[in-house]
Amino acid sequence: MTQELHTPLPRTSAPRGLRDLGADSPARPVYLALVALTVLAWILFLTDGGQFFSQANTVGILQRSAALGIVAVGQTLVILAGSLDLSVAFLVSLVSLVAAETMAGYGVLPAVGAVLAVSALVGLVNGLVITRLKVHAFIATLGISLIIKGVLDQRYDGPAGSVPESFQHLGYDRVGPVPVSALLWAAIAFAAWFLLRRTTLGYRIYAVGGDPEVARLSGVRTDRVVVAAHVLCALCAGMAGLLLAARLGAGAPTVGSDGGYDLESIAAVVLGGTALAGGRGGVAGTAGGVLLLAVLDSVFNQLEINSFAKDVVRGLVFVAALAIYARRRLAR
Amino acid sequence: MRRTLPIFGVLAVLLVAIAVANPYFLELPGFLAFVKRAAPLAILAAGQYFVIVSGEFDLSVGSLVTAEVVIAARLIDGDPGATWPVIALLLVLGALVGLVNGAVTTFLRVPSFITTLGMMLILAGAVFLWTGGAPRGALTEQFRTFGRGDLGPVPWSVLILLAVVAAVVLLMRADFGRTLVATGDNPGAAALSGVRVPLTKTIAFVLSGASAAVCAILLGGFAGVSAQVGQGLEFQAITAVVLGGVVLGGGRGSVVAAIAGAFTLEALFTLLNLYGISGALESAVQGVILIAAIALGALNLPAWAARARATNATTHTTPDPTHAKG
Amino acid sequence: MGLVLRMTGIGKSFPGARVLSGVDLEVAAGEVHALIGENGAGKSTLMKILAGVHTPDEGTIEIEGRALAFGHPLDAQRAGVSIIYQELTLLPERTVAENVFLGREPVRRGLVDRETMERTTAELLASLGEDSFGPRDLVRRLSVAQQQVVEIVKALSVDARIVVMDEPTAALAEHEVELLYRLVRQLRERGIAVLYISHRLREIFDLADRVTVLKDGAKVATEPIDRITTADLVRLMVGRELTDYYPPRAQRPPGDVLLAVRGGGNDRLDGIDLELRAGEIVGVAGLQGAGRTELVKALFGAEPFTRGEMTPRRPRSVRDGIAAGIGLVTEDRKSEGLALHQSVRDNALLVARARKGRAGGTVLQLLERVRLAPPRPEQEVRYLSGGNQQKVVLAKWLTVAPRVLLFDEPTRGVDVGAKAAIHELVRELADGGMAVLMVSSELPELIGMSDRILVLRDGRIAGRLPAGATEEAVMELAAGS
Repeated sequence: MTQELHTPLPRTSAPRGLRDLGADSPARPVYLALVALTVLAWILFLTDGGQFFSQANTVGILQRSAALGIVAVGQTLVILAGSLDLSVAFLVSLVSLVAAETMAGYGVLPAVGAVLAVSALVGLVNGLVITRLKVHAFIATLGISLIIKGVLDQRYDGPAGSVPESFQHLGYDRVGPVPVSALLWAAIAFAAWFLLRRTTLGYRIYAVGGDPEVARLSGVRTDRVVVAAHVLCALCAGMAGLLLAARLGAGAPTVGSDGGYDLESIAAVVLGGTALAGGRGGVAGTAGGVLLLAVLDSVFNQLEINSFAKDVVRGLVFVAALAIYARRRLAR
Repeated sequence: MRRTLPIFGVLAVLLVAIAVANPYFLELPGFLAFVKRAAPLAILAAGQYFVIVSGEFDLSVGSLVTAEVVIAARLIDGDPGATWPVIALLLVLGALVGLVNGAVTTFLRVPSFITTLGMMLILAGAVFLWTGGAPRGALTEQFRTFGRGDLGPVPWSVLILLAVVAAVVLLMRADFGRTLVATGDNPGAAALSGVRVPLTKTIAFVLSGASAAVCAILLGGFAGVSAQVGQGLEFQAITAVVLGGVVLGGGRGSVVAAIAGAFTLEALFTLLNLYGISGALESAVQGVILIAAIALGALNLPAWAARARATNATTHTTPDPTHAKG
Repeated sequence: MGLVLRMTGIGKSFPGARVLSGVDLEVAAGEVHALIGENGAGKSTLMKILAGVHTPDEGTIEIEGRALAFGHPLDAQRAGVSIIYQELTLLPERTVAENVFLGREPVRRGLVDRETMERTTAELLASLGEDSFGPRDLVRRLSVAQQQVVEIVKALSVDARIVVMDEPTAALAEHEVELLYRLVRQLRERGIAVLYISHRLREIFDLADRVTVLKDGAKVATEPIDRITTADLVRLMVGRELTDYYPPRAQRPPGDVLLAVRGGGNDRLDGIDLELRAGEIVGVAGLQGAGRTELVKALFGAEPFTRGEMTPRRPRSVRDGIAAGIGLVTEDRKSEGLALHQSVRDNALLVARARKGRAGGTVLQLLERVRLAPPRPEQEVRYLSGGNQQKVVLAKWLTVAPRVLLFDEPTRGVDVGAKAAIHELVRELADGGMAVLMVSSELPELIGMSDRILVLRDGRIAGRLPAGATEEAVMELAAGS
């Protein structure tokens, strides 16, 4: 403590955009890891006779990670607010069905509206159960996810509804070399980044997650902030569901749980340097976490390693990364 | 005790409702068949209880159960001579997985949510990597006896459950159990009383891993070998424990109530079946019950974040009349 | 000069205790008004009433002539009251500017106006002459003193009329105190009223214009600082009839040395020399932050000495300390002493169980020994009174028959009747051959109980006093005037 006063703090003068990846940023380690892994992947591809930076491969990486990326953006918001959402996987499935069935019956626009309404409602319920009934977020969202699962199991045996040709463009088209799905992901991530950096809600999400008591003493209505974060998270899951419906051409009751969007999105958020207890981190890191997982996948695909090895490595990466974060935090 | 009473009441009501719909339930074989069905989850819940009461999570048990069943089938591969060595191996493996979970959580300070989530992925991937995507081999009749056979009129799994219940009840009454609960309640006070907090929590994870092994042995016999045998079991076990009134965050709740929570869940499924509500709505009802039970029973459940904060900064004062001195 | 704050006839009772009665207090614009008193005199309660945390039973508060509504901290904030608590209320992971404007960020066209936030913060920092950090620095990176500057900027940014500082120097190193002084003087120059709560008399003479002394929940005096001396203040604060009863001191001379330290030190302590003998109670006095709790934790092994010699051997962990026969009754029972949701029995046996040893005797015998009445082993400890909780903590240690017992504020939050019982227990243990070290910030207790007294200041032993030392003597050593 006495040391610190004598060493004047370095004045932060970097431009604001770059500051997000400055030395103090929780997102920095994941991007360093991403760069290292990309170089490694590039070398591995070369030795294997492939080309990592080929258009096919990079487009594939972006396309495969878009849905998880979008869900993870929403998950970032709730985790930053000190909560978490285990219901996103089944919500993605539910929404894909709502989208495909509504589109088959009424067209695209009503379907998008229905999707957003259903997602917002689920998020609202999650948030209210946590704040009003004071149920632990883990249990509350687990319970909601079970309820959604029950509805899905009850009503659907397999894919249902159909998505018109026009909407399937969302899943497969490209603008130049960039897939539309990746653009959607980028747009949502940017919107969330903007929300966190420039709106009072964003500021309060950090405050509530950082220390609810301090936030309350400063006049923040903490319950509203938690509910809002949950609604936004569910809306992100809704967008991911739309995207998956476009790609599949139909709704599928298992698309969310097969993708493991609940736990994987949490893992991506935490890999991106966001504290599981809330209040620290951001969307940039989460995007890095998702990309890291996607590059890892593409390496496995190229080397034609059994796809199950992927899970092993993912698990090891999560635990190792968190162990390193824990060390770093202790060192301070 | 006060907290554990509701679950027994709920369980009693459900059992009565089952008996009304299906009088066969009142006969011994009918009842034992129910207990037999509930035994694997009850044992898994007992293991999960140790971890939750110490203030942590174990999300890896579902994967662990699948892994153990698949490994057993592959290693035994129909050879009766391999049954006992493999059973011993399964128990050791379960304990070992728990040891790793505990050590990573306590010594490397990775949140147990992430540690056991990672372990879940590692186990699921590793097992299928090893088996090449689909379970192979076969269990012996001898192995399957534990899950579906009987000793006289009583199913083996009921006997094993009774043994496990006796063991965990004794363990919770012993020094270890009391120390474990105190550690979950207030790790700081426990440490200042000389409790080895990391060791105590690690043992809880080891017990959870071992209970998953026992659960796998029963399920392998009862349900057979499949890649889905353990799917979702981690959440069912956590649900059961929480239904039993055990508080996430640690320090409160009894192991008997956690086991009763598992029975309640199983009774609920049985009842839904009896009334012709297909398995499909099972999870929805489970979700509603879970939220309702927590909302009604534990309105003072401490928020996760609040706990994390309390451990980071123990210096925060709370307004407390008895401490209000100038 | 304009009156900013007028508190009239403030009274407040908590269940079982009257904490404040008929307190009047007036603070003018541009005045630094010190509020002093011993622990338990009612300073914190008075402050929390002003902050809107507690509602008074009687009395009124006016801010610049307008009555203050009670009920919520926000009301007080809006009325221009800004409180800087001992525990800082900042978010470590956010920037200085974000903390300053937390909960009332300026908005332009629907978006947070970062420029205004950062500019205003920078201006306020500059106006305080603070250039060691900027509005974009993370609070986590700041020293405690710098964080206090942030709190003050926060107070200025809401246009506070009165700033209350509760023991602001408690967590500061010596040289950081100067910075705080400068800030307080700047607040005064801006015409803001400052209510400055402190134990440290030197600070009061350095800073205050007037001083109000509280004792036992009532106002004793308000005096301009230049018409009063240190001796006067000490007398006003502590001068009381010795109505409290303390058990008689040791009759026999102290026995063998059970614990000795030479040159003990770590990052908070330095040059600690002490000996504890069988049968004696050694008191430890010192101001907040002087290293009292650090001393007992070092002796116990929880925050061990990193240098110096100790017999029996220097404990490196809690288990070392317990194995060496040392026990610690911590200052904060709730966070460090008890597992609140567990039964009396489970708490009482915790230490014995952790050592895998058997407790000496049954739990009932144990509870009888600490005179827990009624002795109900199955009751959850959170339902016990403070005094009974403390007896359970004591019982926890008696199970392993320690040779040295360390007490950190043994009677904090304990009512008067239970206090006497605990005093008797402590003396009994010493008479039974234990060595006792007792930290207390209540001087009458310290002097009444101790066979000799060590006074700590800035992590060192500033002086040693014999039994029956006066409160003035202790205070002078502790404050280093």
